[in-house]
Amino acid sequence: MQGLIEFFHGIGVASDFWAAALSILLYTLFVFGFIAIFVLIAVYLERKVSGHMQDRLGPMRVGYHGILQTLADTLKLLLKEDIIPAAADRLLFILAPFVLFLGTFMVYVVLPFGPGAIGADLNIGLFYIVAVSSLVVIGIIMAGYSSNNKWSLYGGMRAAAQIVSYEIPVGLSLLVGVMMTSTLSIVQMVQMQETGIGGVGGILGWNFIQNPFAFIAFFIYLVAGTAEANRTPFDLPEAESELVAGAFTEYSGMRWAFFFLAEYANMWIVAIVASIVFLGGWHSPFPGETFIPGTIWLFAKAFGIVFVQMWARWTFPRLRVDQLMVTCWKYLTPIAFFNIIGVGLWLVTIG
Amino acid sequence: MGDLRTEEMTINMGPQHPSTHGVLRLKLRTDGEVVTSVQPVIGYLHRCFEKHAENLEYPGVIPFVDRCDYLASMNNDHGYSMAIEKLLGIEVPERVEYLRVIFAELQRIASHLVAFGTFGLDVGAFTPFLYAFREREMILDLFEMTCGARLLYNYIWVGGLSHDIPEGFVEKTYEFLDHFEPQIKEYNDLLTNNKIFIERTADVGVLPQNVAINYGVTGPQLRASGVDWDLRRDEPYSIYDRFDWNVAVGVDDVGVLGDCWNRYYVKILEMQESAEIIRQALDHLPVEGDVQEAVPRKIRPPKGSLYFRSENPRGELGFYIVSDGKTQPFRVKMRSPALHNLGVIDEIASGWLVADVVAILGSLDIVLGEIDR
Repeated sequence: MQGLIEFFHGIGVASDFWAAALSILLYTLFVFGFIAIFVLIAVYLERKVSGHMQDRLGPMRVGYHGILQTLADTLKLLLKEDIIPAAADRLLFILAPFVLFLGTFMVYVVLPFGPGAIGADLNIGLFYIVAVSSLVVIGIIMAGYSSNNKWSLYGGMRAAAQIVSYEIPVGLSLLVGVMMTSTLSIVQMVQMQETGIGGVGGILGWNFIQNPFAFIAFFIYLVAGTAEANRTPFDLPEAESELVAGAFTEYSGMRWAFFFLAEYANMWIVAIVASIVFLGGWHSPFPGETFIPGTIWLFAKAFGIVFVQMWARWTFPRLRVDQLMVTCWKYLTPIAFFNIIGVGLWLVTIG
Repeated sequence: MGDLRTEEMTINMGPQHPSTHGVLRLKLRTDGEVVTSVQPVIGYLHRCFEKHAENLEYPGVIPFVDRCDYLASMNNDHGYSMAIEKLLGIEVPERVEYLRVIFAELQRIASHLVAFGTFGLDVGAFTPFLYAFREREMILDLFEMTCGARLLYNYIWVGGLSHDIPEGFVEKTYEFLDHFEPQIKEYNDLLTNNKIFIERTADVGVLPQNVAINYGVTGPQLRASGVDWDLRRDEPYSIYDRFDWNVAVGVDDVGVLGDCWNRYYVKILEMQESAEIIRQALDHLPVEGDVQEAVPRKIRPPKGSLYFRSENPRGELGFYIVSDGKTQPFRVKMRSPALHNLGVIDEIASGWLVADVVAILGSLDIVLGEIDR
């Protein structure tokens, strides 16, 4: 962002205010474009991954190996009739997709795309992510309530219970990373992971390998993060075989597409945060290797995690709502708590 | 907290709902997510089968029988044809009997594959469904090469079969069995023994033996409750007494007898047994023989009535046929297994969560075409 402001100064925008305003506008457009393109790729990937896992080919018709399939789907969504049910609470119904998307979008302020490519390196970056992503739940409840459909209401209530609960293990497992690097800033956290055990860099510098507790925390974050992004096996708010499409049943066209966009954007957030806090951010796994740019490493790690999320989705059945709560409160949360104590002791005694 | 009360909510599941396996409507009374009563409302697919049957000649009913349980057309044809043959008092040739058993058991595997796949869908696992359809496709190919149809075959006729098997059918069926039997292990690895799947289905919706018997539940659903009863063995029809196979009964090492997991697992075991039966039938299949014994063009069974039952993939399929000596039946009553199996749902699904109702309904393996007829 600082770079953008300087760029505008350079091309003759003298006022600090206007340079900042233009930079923010440009960056926002960039992020929105990035999300749109990422979703296009991720949806295509999802369909191909699921296709090959299920012994079929996935999309093959639109473009080479169906590469334009998601584009065609987007066009279809754009052209679809926009229906608002007569009995719906109009204002909330219209607002819900935006509130949901806002919660996701705001996270991207502190989400880096590579070394130096970050909207704002807040000193409380990680805290900000956890706080802002809670907005999502308000969007889903609004959607569920305003649709005036009992199934949607179920979906909304499930989402509320699920996301609020799973925020705790998410926060606690991220805390492990914070304790190890003693910073909440995204950029500093990555810098701290440059060197690790015995002063060697590369993969040995990454947080998840530093001690066993960090490894457990990484695993907890993956599980709880998947649950927070409402992905199978934790996709209860949607649960197509139970609630049809849950909170989103009554939505169509672009309104529905916003929910969809937010779901995939959430996946990317989970993947990037996991890469930064546990997998060394944009650092290369090979010590001293600087040939491949950091952005590529960051994206490779994030796509690896996105793939794991897809893999889980097409393998596991869905949990039941009470089992979901049991998993969170009886297993993940206590383990995450003990983990924090463990990391604390480890840092004090061993290093 | 004394003033805090919750209100029961009535909610409609279906007829347009992805997990009601057709056009079934369930009226759920729910307290939060807990279901307090389930009332099935049926009839959305009623096609007047029994009335139609009264206005058709005996062989003309067979295509309609096909359409009752569209996932087990062969078994329906088989049951109906045997009933008419018994009414006429005729025997069918050895080769026909063997072929009928082969087709009936292939159909049973195909039907159980759908049950297995859709049950996976009901609990949220998408992949097993496509694995199941991959194998079902091979069975449908076998049917297609024999009689040209892939869903509604009209293949087993009174007194014989519509076509003889084509060249290469026996080899292809062996090939299918060789391919299919190892796949069962894959199903078990993917779904049956999955921890989440067991959590979702074991101990859920337990159907006790006495309730099952009182409600007339039959087939895999009854055997899952631990009742060792299979018409193919206990009231042998056709040539089932010649084969060496076991009746799959529920086990109580994962959950308890009669839970969703058992109702599911019995079907997996039955697929294995069916494959075994097909293998033996293929081994002993007489090479020569006409598949259409001379049955008069116009069938006129003597005056009288009869009830004939056979084992359908879903349970006891019964036909009560009254003949008044004409070419058309006076009355055809079909005892559909899925209807009786569905009847038990309020008994076993009350008190469970909405998600469990979906699982319980899936484990009952209903086909609406047969319930509404």
